[in-house]
Amino acid sequence: MAVGKEIRTQISSIKNTQKITRAMEMVAASKMRKTKERMEATRPYSKKISQIIKHLAHANPEYKHPFLVEREVKRVGVIVISSDRGLCGGLNSNLFRKTLKQFTQWDGDNIEVDICTIGGKSASFFSRLETNLVGQAAKLGDSPHLQDVIGVIKVMLDAYHAGTIDELHIMYNEFVNTMTQAPTVEKLLPVVATELETDDLKGYWDYLYEPDAKEVLDNLLTRYIESIVYQGLVENNACEQAARMVAMKSASDNAGNLIDELQLVYNKARQAAITQEISEIVAGAAAV
Amino acid sequence: MAMTVHVDIVSAEKEIFSGLAEMVFAPAELGEVGISPRHAPLISKLNPGEVRVKVSDTETQEYFVSGGLLEVQPHLVTVLADTAIRAKDIDEAAALEAKAKAEEALSDKSGKIDYATAQAQLAVAMMQLRALDRLKKRGS
Repeated sequence: MAVGKEIRTQISSIKNTQKITRAMEMVAASKMRKTKERMEATRPYSKKISQIIKHLAHANPEYKHPFLVEREVKRVGVIVISSDRGLCGGLNSNLFRKTLKQFTQWDGDNIEVDICTIGGKSASFFSRLETNLVGQAAKLGDSPHLQDVIGVIKVMLDAYHAGTIDELHIMYNEFVNTMTQAPTVEKLLPVVATELETDDLKGYWDYLYEPDAKEVLDNLLTRYIESIVYQGLVENNACEQAARMVAMKSASDNAGNLIDELQLVYNKARQAAITQEISEIVAGAAAV
Repeated sequence: MAMTVHVDIVSAEKEIFSGLAEMVFAPAELGEVGISPRHAPLISKLNPGEVRVKVSDTETQEYFVSGGLLEVQPHLVTVLADTAIRAKDIDEAAALEAKAKAEEALSDKSGKIDYATAQAQLAVAMMQLRALDRLKKRGS
C-alpha cells in the first residue's frame, strides 16, 4: 500500500537524527563529569591565590608593582574564552552578547579594545567583526594545559607592561550548576582592593619579601593571572559539556515529539485509506 | 592548648592540606624558615624541598614541593605549591631515574640542552631523594 510513503521516510530520518543527538547527549554527560572534576580540582589553588592577591591589595608596599597601580584607561585588553565547537545551545552566543554589550559601553567612553581569544568559536566570531585581534589559542581539547594559554596571557601582560593597554578583563562562562551557566566579566588588572571579611588587615602594614619585592610580586602576579585564566578555561569547558548535554537532551525530546505527531498523522492516513477501500468494495458489491 | 595557625597547602591539581598547626617549616629561597603563629606578614618564593607541618607535639606531616610560593599572615599560612606530594608517596625509582637523567643532561655540554632547566630538574630529584632518606631513617 502506497499510503504515507513520505511520512514514513520523514519519520525514519527524524529517528536517525534522534539517535545522533541522544549519543551526543550521553557523550556530553560523561565528559561533563570529567571536566567538572577537573574544574573542582583546580579551584582551591585559584581561590587561595586570589585570596593572597586580595591581601596584597590591602598592604602598603614600598615597591609599587605596575599591576597594582590604576591608571587612566585609554585601551583595554580582553581575553574571551569560548568553546571550540558548537552545538551547545546558547552558551557562546550568550557570552558574545554580553561581551558586545560591554564593548559598546567602552566605545561610548572612547576606550579602544584589544582582544585575545581562547577557543575556536570566539576566534571565528571576533575575526568577522572589526576588532583588534592580537592573539588567539584554539583546539585545546577537553583537558587543556596551562602551557596552551600562557602565550595568549603573555601577549596581554606584555602589552600591559608596555602601557599599550591599561586594563585587562577576562570573559568566560561560570559554571553555576548543570542547568545554569552564567556569562561572566572579570577585571584582572589592575588589582584593586576589595572588601575583606576580617578586620585583621586594617591599618598600615606590609609584607616581608624574600628574596625581594619586585621578583616575588612579578612571580606571584603572573601566576595569579595564569591561574585565573586557566580556571576560566576549565570552567568554560565544564559549561560547554553541560550546555551541550542539556541542548542535546531537548533536541532528543523534540525529535521524540515530532515522531509521535507524524506517527499519528500516518496512522490516520492509513486508517482513512482502509476505510475508503472498504466502502468502495461495499458500494461495488451493493451495485451488483 | 598551644597556639595554632591555620595552614593551607594547595597545588595546581588539588588541595593537599588544610587545618590547624603549631608550626610550619618551609624551604624559602633564602633558607628554610619556621613559621609560628602570629608571624609577621611574609611572602617568599619556595625552593624544591620539604614542607613540614607540625600539627601537634607528636604529629608532623611532610609534603614535598618542587617550588612555589609561601604567604604568611598572622593567623594564616598559605603554601602555593607547584606540585606537592606527601613525602611517603614519592616513588624512589622515579626520583633516581630523574636524577640520573638530569646529571646526564648536565654533563652533556654540547650546548643543545637548556642548562638551567636541567639544573632545576636535578635539584628537584635530589630533594625528593633527600626527603625519602630522612623518612626511611626515622622509620627504621
